[in-house]
Amino acid sequence: MAIELEQQPKPAAVALSRIAVSETHGEDSPYFAGWKAYDENPYDELTNPSGVIQMGLAENQVSFDLLEDFLERHSEAATWGKGATAGFRDNALFQDYHGLKSFRGAMASFMEQIRGGRARFDPDRVVLTAGATAANELLTFILANPGDALLIPTPYYPGFDRDLRWRTGVQIVPIHCHSSNNFQITESALHAAYDDAVSRGLTVRGVLITNPSNPLGATVQRAALEQILDFAVAKNIHLVSDEIYSGSTFSSAEFVSIAEVLESRGSRHVDRERVHIVYSLSKDLGLPGFRVGTIYSYNDAVVTTARRMSSFTLISSQTQHLLACMLSDQEFTADYIKTNRERLRRRYDVIIAGLRRAGIECLRGNAGLFCWMNLGPLLKESTKEGELALWNLIVRDVRLNISPGSSCHCSEPGWFRVCFANMSEATLDVALNRLHRFVDEYRQRTGSS
Amino acid sequence: MTESPSSEPEPPSPKPRAAAGNGMRLVVPLQGVVQGRGGLILGSLIPCALFYFLQLYLKRHRSPKPPASSSNPPSPSSSSPNLGDLARTSSRSNLLGRGSIVPVRLSSRGMAIAKPNDSPYYVGLDKVAGDRFHRVDNPEGIIQLGLSENTLCFDLIERWMKENLMDSLMGGDGAELSINGMATYQPFDGLMELKVAMADFMSRVMGKGVSFNPSQMVLMAGATPAIEILTFCLADHGNAFLIPTPYYPGFDRDIKFRTGVELIPVHCRSTDNFMLTVTALDQAYNQARKRGLKVRGILFSNPSNPVGNILSRETLYELLDFAQEKNIHIISDEIFAGSLYGTAEEFVSVAEIIEGEEFDKSRVHIIYGLSKDLSLPGFRVGVVYSYNENVLAAAKRLTRFSSISAPTQRLLISMLSDAKFIEEYIETNRKRIRRMYDLFVGGLDQLGIRCAKSSGGLYCWADMSVLIALYSEKGELELWDKLLNVGKVNVTPGSACHCIEPGWFRCCFTALAEEDVPLVMERIGKVAEMCKSGH
Repeated sequence: MAIELEQQPKPAAVALSRIAVSETHGEDSPYFAGWKAYDENPYDELTNPSGVIQMGLAENQVSFDLLEDFLERHSEAATWGKGATAGFRDNALFQDYHGLKSFRGAMASFMEQIRGGRARFDPDRVVLTAGATAANELLTFILANPGDALLIPTPYYPGFDRDLRWRTGVQIVPIHCHSSNNFQITESALHAAYDDAVSRGLTVRGVLITNPSNPLGATVQRAALEQILDFAVAKNIHLVSDEIYSGSTFSSAEFVSIAEVLESRGSRHVDRERVHIVYSLSKDLGLPGFRVGTIYSYNDAVVTTARRMSSFTLISSQTQHLLACMLSDQEFTADYIKTNRERLRRRYDVIIAGLRRAGIECLRGNAGLFCWMNLGPLLKESTKEGELALWNLIVRDVRLNISPGSSCHCSEPGWFRVCFANMSEATLDVALNRLHRFVDEYRQRTGSS
Repeated sequence: MTESPSSEPEPPSPKPRAAAGNGMRLVVPLQGVVQGRGGLILGSLIPCALFYFLQLYLKRHRSPKPPASSSNPPSPSSSSPNLGDLARTSSRSNLLGRGSIVPVRLSSRGMAIAKPNDSPYYVGLDKVAGDRFHRVDNPEGIIQLGLSENTLCFDLIERWMKENLMDSLMGGDGAELSINGMATYQPFDGLMELKVAMADFMSRVMGKGVSFNPSQMVLMAGATPAIEILTFCLADHGNAFLIPTPYYPGFDRDIKFRTGVELIPVHCRSTDNFMLTVTALDQAYNQARKRGLKVRGILFSNPSNPVGNILSRETLYELLDFAQEKNIHIISDEIFAGSLYGTAEEFVSVAEIIEGEEFDKSRVHIIYGLSKDLSLPGFRVGVVYSYNENVLAAAKRLTRFSSISAPTQRLLISMLSDAKFIEEYIETNRKRIRRMYDLFVGGLDQLGIRCAKSSGGLYCWADMSVLIALYSEKGELELWDKLLNVGKVNVTPGSACHCIEPGWFRCCFTALAEEDVPLVMERIGKVAEMCKSGH
């Protein structure tokens, strides 16, 4: 950018908005500091074997070959039909916020398949957004006023602090969960959070859960879902279930969607219309670059409003067309879902075994692209500072970017999220070896067990 | 003995009727009592008493009782949207019967958007969607002149696709179709390659008088999020932008919806050919100040929408001076820069004006996109171009909510980098728009309808005030309605664009085929005749 030579006293600089200068983007937190370390010195098997290995990015790269194989066999998905141009014109002009009907239908059926057919999804309730980030923000705009609060169980995805609060002006009040019961959400924790919000003069508008949980890598139990739903009904608030990792559960049977709970209860309309599900293809299909998210709501007003608001975050019609072709092929999707699950489970087994050999225990997980590792025993002091000191060592000396539990608002120090699906098996091996060596040396040095 | 609920306002819930059923079962055996012994008095007293107790029973069970579990009735909290909403939901609960809860509420922003949009701009678009004209399949359908879309050059794009598409997605050499490069997380504000290609395209489109720096560019999913993101960066909730009228109806939604920023109209008149004057701007600015509104910037479209004017260099200089004097921002929406048909004037981007000048550039921002000049609205490609580092930094972070899809970025990098194709496209596009403009405006002229002088855009700004009975917004909307429902032609009335003079209509002509123009003129002519003969 050109720099102007100052020849006259400069007029007062033109001001920006409060949102523009606010720190709510959170890019100065440790969660993102680790990313910077990676960006400056990224690991590469051949060219930079001593670089930082990225274990802080929840990306799924284990099943690309399946997608590429499909596209090779079905080039019409990428080209609007034989001869490359049939249907192109209409597609290029299509900017209707209802979204391509074929794509909505394909998303609905894909979501049904993931849930083993245990829940039905109506394509007319599917609202499309450019990613789950947009979906979560949009729902927050619709369900809560500035200054209102959403209750979110800890530990939670660090991005929520930014995505749900920044432009919306809505607050997050944590529902504290503890390792004593594997961080499951309890009724008393729900009530405590609600009361805490009220005592601070905040109006609670909803509960937002991520199921399967990020960063825990575990599904929420059916009983807990029932409790949370009862709680939402009793307080007359909304329930948002972010099910972005639903297709990444290692076994289909272990995931219970809020949709299933609603269907099995035969809930009344006033109960259903407080429930909204967020989904995306960024994790299960490993296509975060495509920017595909959706809001599925049982509330007509929310569907209408979300659709209109989605004008700010529409999915490219080209992408909708491509994915409609892919996801309508139910044979392909069934095979994909099954294979993806198996591969993720294998990766999970590898990392758990590797960590165990190093004497590190993890929370028992059954889903997701990461595991929730406990380095509590290694902390000099069992505090947030102690955790960050250890984390700093790991990023700097071991050169692994992992996410500290404090950035996820975990109430107990010493937990870390470690991603395993965004690298090759060889790289995972390297990472595990490095960690093993580090832990051994660290224990010798500090005399801890 | 009739069922008691009929004498009360009929609630839809089945429960009161069940109670009435019980009442009936009690009453019928009494007939025996009445007819047998006790006589008339008992015969009437007892049913009356039962009737009375029945009413009590119904009254008690109709009031909203909280369900057994410890629920709190919705409390009118200090931040509740408005009491009107509260009252409405309470009365609904009366109808739902025992044990019901008031339906869960949306935010006030949500409630505002949930209401049906009654602007003629949107009403017209909806109507066409339900009955769209098609020369073969639906010749009586509504002809769409209300959406600024350009379909004149799709043959060129289709040909390019045929020759280049697979390569563009595969990366040339007939290599395996790899999504690896585009599947993973990309920079939210767009690939640098696309920014480079876009900077080049903008430069070509705007007449090569200026070059654009890719590092000053932030890309997002359309001009709609572009203007919203920029607004979020430049103004706080309750602040305002000055905007010349008439303006694009979509701005009312795009800018105000979620940001809470106001738009203050700066009225332009036909005597000035709807050109913006600094006098009017100054007046509007001062009035805003008096009302206690903080003006953060001026937003204008150049070429303008719906009129199609282009701003002269002098006017642009004046606007920059004004902004500098008041220490506010300038937002130039140049989305129609490549859609020119005029030959008299040359389009000048504000970027060209400030290049090498002593202006404080940090207040200047440009909005652009590919929906108009490249006819690809479905692909969602918008640009914020700014000279302000802090705006760029903030806008970049906000693009996470509205990123361009990776396969689309790949396709466009390929297309926009094909300089030969782009040059041919830009030139052919201009020629064809010019041709349609001549046909269309000429046709209107023959009907006695004059258009404002214009040089760009995909539409013309027609003065139909001679046709309206009442020279007012009401008269204008009556004409709009006749055109839509009788003439079966959807145009955008000036009032939807906040035009201060009634009778003006925006007519988009670039989504028509040449052979459809006579039909359009015939239909408009029919309505014109109707109006002239006093219908």
